[in-house]
Amino acid sequence: MINYIKLLVLAVIAVFALIAANYARDVAYMVHAILIFVVASGLFLWVLRQTDETVPVKVLQTSYMDGPVRAGVIATAGWGVVGFLAGTFIAAQLAFPALNFDWAHGYMNFGRLRPLHTSAVIFAFGGNALIATSFYVVQRTSAARLWGGNAAWFVFWGYNLFIVLAATGYVLGGTQSKEYAEPEWYVDLWLTIVWLVYLAVFVGTIVKRKEPHIYVANWFYLSFIITVALLHVFNNLSIPVSIWGSKSVQVFSGVQDAMTQWWYGHNAVGFFLTAGFLGMMYYFIPKQADRPVFSYKLSIIHFWALIFIYIWAGPHHLHYTALPDWASTLGMVFSIVLWMPSWGGMINGLMTLSGAWDKLRTDPILRMLVISVGFYGMSTFEGPMMSIRAVNSLSHYTDWTIGHVHSGALGWNGMITFGALYFLVPKLWNRQNLYSLSLVSWHFWLATIGIVLYAASMWVTGIMEGLMWREVDANGFLVNSFADTVSAKFPMYVVRALGGLLYVAGGIIMCYNLWMTVKRAPALEAAAATAHATPAE
Amino acid sequence: MDHYSALRHFADSWGLLAMFVFFLGVIVWAFRPGSRKEHHNAATILFRNEDKPAPSEQD
Repeated sequence: MINYIKLLVLAVIAVFALIAANYARDVAYMVHAILIFVVASGLFLWVLRQTDETVPVKVLQTSYMDGPVRAGVIATAGWGVVGFLAGTFIAAQLAFPALNFDWAHGYMNFGRLRPLHTSAVIFAFGGNALIATSFYVVQRTSAARLWGGNAAWFVFWGYNLFIVLAATGYVLGGTQSKEYAEPEWYVDLWLTIVWLVYLAVFVGTIVKRKEPHIYVANWFYLSFIITVALLHVFNNLSIPVSIWGSKSVQVFSGVQDAMTQWWYGHNAVGFFLTAGFLGMMYYFIPKQADRPVFSYKLSIIHFWALIFIYIWAGPHHLHYTALPDWASTLGMVFSIVLWMPSWGGMINGLMTLSGAWDKLRTDPILRMLVISVGFYGMSTFEGPMMSIRAVNSLSHYTDWTIGHVHSGALGWNGMITFGALYFLVPKLWNRQNLYSLSLVSWHFWLATIGIVLYAASMWVTGIMEGLMWREVDANGFLVNSFADTVSAKFPMYVVRALGGLLYVAGGIIMCYNLWMTVKRAPALEAAAATAHATPAE
Repeated sequence: MDHYSALRHFADSWGLLAMFVFFLGVIVWAFRPGSRKEHHNAATILFRNEDKPAPSEQD
């Protein structure tokens, strides 16, 4: 019966998408309408072929649901390389403007590819990593199978459809020009639906947990899911100009819109890239080190302090703007207070290794997880410093900001995700070990050297640029034109692109290593079979 | 705007106090006497149930 309802809904969506494609007012909307038609009609056929087949009645409750996690791991690795490649290409475009090819103007110039890069790495790579690891972790720490049956699959495919819609939209010009919130209204509505189902699956699994306590990693994941839902809805309050076009108009305007945007923007960092990834830290570091987290008390205080303070830090993006001084001072003060929970969390992660530091010598995966926490500490020191108004007057609008973001994103988010993928793949595909640990070491060093090149060149160019902009001569005239700073930055831009190239190379090595792990590494089956044959004690 | 002023006043008085008290409560709760065993139990959750869900009462 449920299949007939599904068929009806899919048919309506497919027909509506075709009508929309016909009336489309802009090319991004038309391409999206056709894309949605293809997906809906494909699903229609797929459901139709399964209708009236006998289905197994009993839902398997004796195993974990790892299908969506496996798919998420593949998507994370794949989108990761795509996002890193896009980033390296636009870094090269900045150094060598000739790479903004004439024949691709309006599609592949820097302005179109930059949001593609940021969304690919944050939402496609990071988002898939968060969804996959949260599904893995919540099952293991709740001792319960995922709630909601195939809803987890809906979350995976729905989220990746959102990614495709967002990415194609940017290239074709469907964007509302909000940093990290570029997708237009109908893409936002779709993400809201997917996200609510994600929340339901996650909370449903926690509710039916067999462990009395909710493990701290799940607290972080849950705060990430809830807060992102809130941020996404409020920052995307907009009214479409027409339901047949992608253009929409924001409900807020002026400084209110700017404040809402950076409340969103900074909490995307705070809850997507920090709280969610701290959930990963609190599971994968103890697992890989094979010892419980340093202090569970500290983890509780870490959680509440982090979520209470992060939410106020947004106004530091709006120093010296139309935003009232009290608001930007508030943002600055809370950013500095944020040092405490950030470093508390870092210490908790690092000290988990106390008494087991020797493992760093032999285990490159643990090394990766630990350096990611190191980079977390570094960028959460740098961030509050840059939020101080006096420092911000030098650093804002310069490449220093870009360097700061990348030491956090490449170092903290990238490295902890790589560590989690190396941990997960042998487990999920039932292998005894990874194909090659020396390739993990290669990845580790390529990525680390890449980040160092990136961050160092951006410090140099950012501070240089900031100083050049404010330099005045004896008569009070500006000494440098904007173009002077651009030409002075050239060598650092080349070094930055080189750093990106090393990072991509590491990512490709990882994909090869994970692929070969699934293909070649000895299976666990024999050992698992004997383990199952032995009766429980 | 009056609405704004009222909300603003609430935010930096009772709202702030409520959140601060809640936060202090969290710290006291985390360090309450006798919590050590419970925290140790919670910290080791991730080393149980690695391969399959815990059996439910009906099974």
